[in-house]
Amino acid sequence: MTQPITACFQLDYGAFQLAVDLCLPGSGITMLFGHSGSGKTTLLRCIAGLQHAPQGFLEINGSCWQDSERGVFLPTHKRSLGYVFQEANLFAHLTVENNLQFGLKRIGKPSNTADLQHILELLGIGHLLKRMPDRLSGGERQRVAIARALVLNPEVLLMDEPLAALDFKRKQEILPFLGRLHQELSIPVLYVTHSQQEVAQLADHLVILADGRSLASGPLSETLSRLDVPLAQDRDAATVWPVTVSEHEIDYHLTRVTFTGGTLSLPMVDAAIGTPLRVQIFARDVSIALEVPAATSILNVLPASITGLADDRGGQSVVRLQVGNQALLAHITRKSAFLLGLQAGMAVYVQIKGTSILN
Amino acid sequence: MLTPADLDTLLLTFKVASIATLLMLLLGTPLAWWLARTHSAWKGMINAIVALPLVLPPTVLGFYLLVLMGPSGAIGEFTNWLGLGTLPFTFAGLVIASVLYSMPFVVQPLQAAFTTIGEQPLEAAATLRAGPLDTFFSVVVPLAKPGFLTAAILGFTHTVGEFGVVLMVGGNIPDKTRVVSVQIYNHVEALEYSEAHWLAGVLLVFSFSVLLVLYTVLKTQPVAHQLK
Repeated sequence: MTQPITACFQLDYGAFQLAVDLCLPGSGITMLFGHSGSGKTTLLRCIAGLQHAPQGFLEINGSCWQDSERGVFLPTHKRSLGYVFQEANLFAHLTVENNLQFGLKRIGKPSNTADLQHILELLGIGHLLKRMPDRLSGGERQRVAIARALVLNPEVLLMDEPLAALDFKRKQEILPFLGRLHQELSIPVLYVTHSQQEVAQLADHLVILADGRSLASGPLSETLSRLDVPLAQDRDAATVWPVTVSEHEIDYHLTRVTFTGGTLSLPMVDAAIGTPLRVQIFARDVSIALEVPAATSILNVLPASITGLADDRGGQSVVRLQVGNQALLAHITRKSAFLLGLQAGMAVYVQIKGTSILN
Repeated sequence: MLTPADLDTLLLTFKVASIATLLMLLLGTPLAWWLARTHSAWKGMINAIVALPLVLPPTVLGFYLLVLMGPSGAIGEFTNWLGLGTLPFTFAGLVIASVLYSMPFVVQPLQAAFTTIGEQPLEAAATLRAGPLDTFFSVVVPLAKPGFLTAAILGFTHTVGEFGVVLMVGGNIPDKTRVVSVQIYNHVEALEYSEAHWLAGVLLVFSFSVLLVLYTVLKTQPVAHQLK
């Protein structure tokens, strides 16, 4: 529906250089993931025009916002975007309602009451309209900030670590709202984060940044399981599978879900048959066997094929596997990998000790 | 009691101070905005020039203005060339001198208010389609309101209280340049202590009330608390 986003920037601050050339999907949530100093926020600010990269090309949904070759640079206030800052950054002198109206007045669009109502409902802030920002909790403030960006119905929504300034409880309060945005709105979202949890929970597309460069960019599962990015070696390395609820085994308090290529048993999920879910499988919870284990307490044993192996500098091997259409990572000891003679192309069985359901 | 002449000087004083305050806000706002945001090498230099009247004896400032605005000064030659005559000992000259003299009292609170507001609300406004001028009037001015009030009050009261610069540039011409502070001096010179008391009392009560308002009413919402 929407065209892909082309973002290409070069910027040199001496101590820090940004050099990225990305083609991002025109829908869904794209996460820009990296540690502090990786350039993820700078990239987002360049896309918003809050920072002017001397060399850059940016095209969003067919309109050119920057082309330094042709001397084109659209100032931020002329770009059809929504921006959610790390701190909510509401106008302290305006009520929630006037904060929400600020942008609407300027695009000369009469506030479409149906749209506005929908967004207020989606973010659960309808009862806060008359309040001043300093009378809101951190979580409420951030929800208002998200609504303020969304009501403009922008071509793209940019979010700069919108949850980073919130404590765990507030994060849990906002994440479901973000999940709903994801399902109900068609605006492409570029979301900066350093949290693997937020990536697993929300991302459709993942860009991994380090030292101002893009190490990988691709669909979530594919990128999470790439052996050439440091994420796969991380203690919390995991893959995320989209699954569908297919059956409840009430006696055992289990739910069976299907994915392209098989089924999994999960602890009981309170969701109707047919509900789509995301399941996160940590690499440390996956073990490998050459034959079907004869007797095992582990329910999830699946045939798989090895598509890659990598050693870390310690005693650990990262094995990349293919299960049906899904990629999977396993962290095993280097000794086990050697003893089993694991190689790319081998057919094996994976045992999945644990899973977590993300939504 | 206040004599009619005293009332005239009071009226003139408030006229000078009002016009000067208006001019200082008009000129001081862009200057303070620039100073609050620039990284230019000139920032230190301009800051020093703006602050100079704080430390300079008013007579020194007045003396230089008198020379510059006089018939053989650069400004004097220019105003003569424009056909305006020279400025010393005129109402306009007095207003100009007052503006220069009281400028730091307007620029500094504004500069502080603008600095406190910071970049964030401006960026938020830009992402909500507000252009720079729009942002200034719809975000910066309301957030900097306490700064504007402080600037206006300090600029006004400081102009009311000036003496040295007035005497040098304005002289002591009734109804034209004779302001309250000079009139009090005249009374004292003439040993009219009772008249001096009345005028001095008016100024004292006025200045104290204004500062009281500034530090009690406005203190309830200092600049820093305006931001969230």
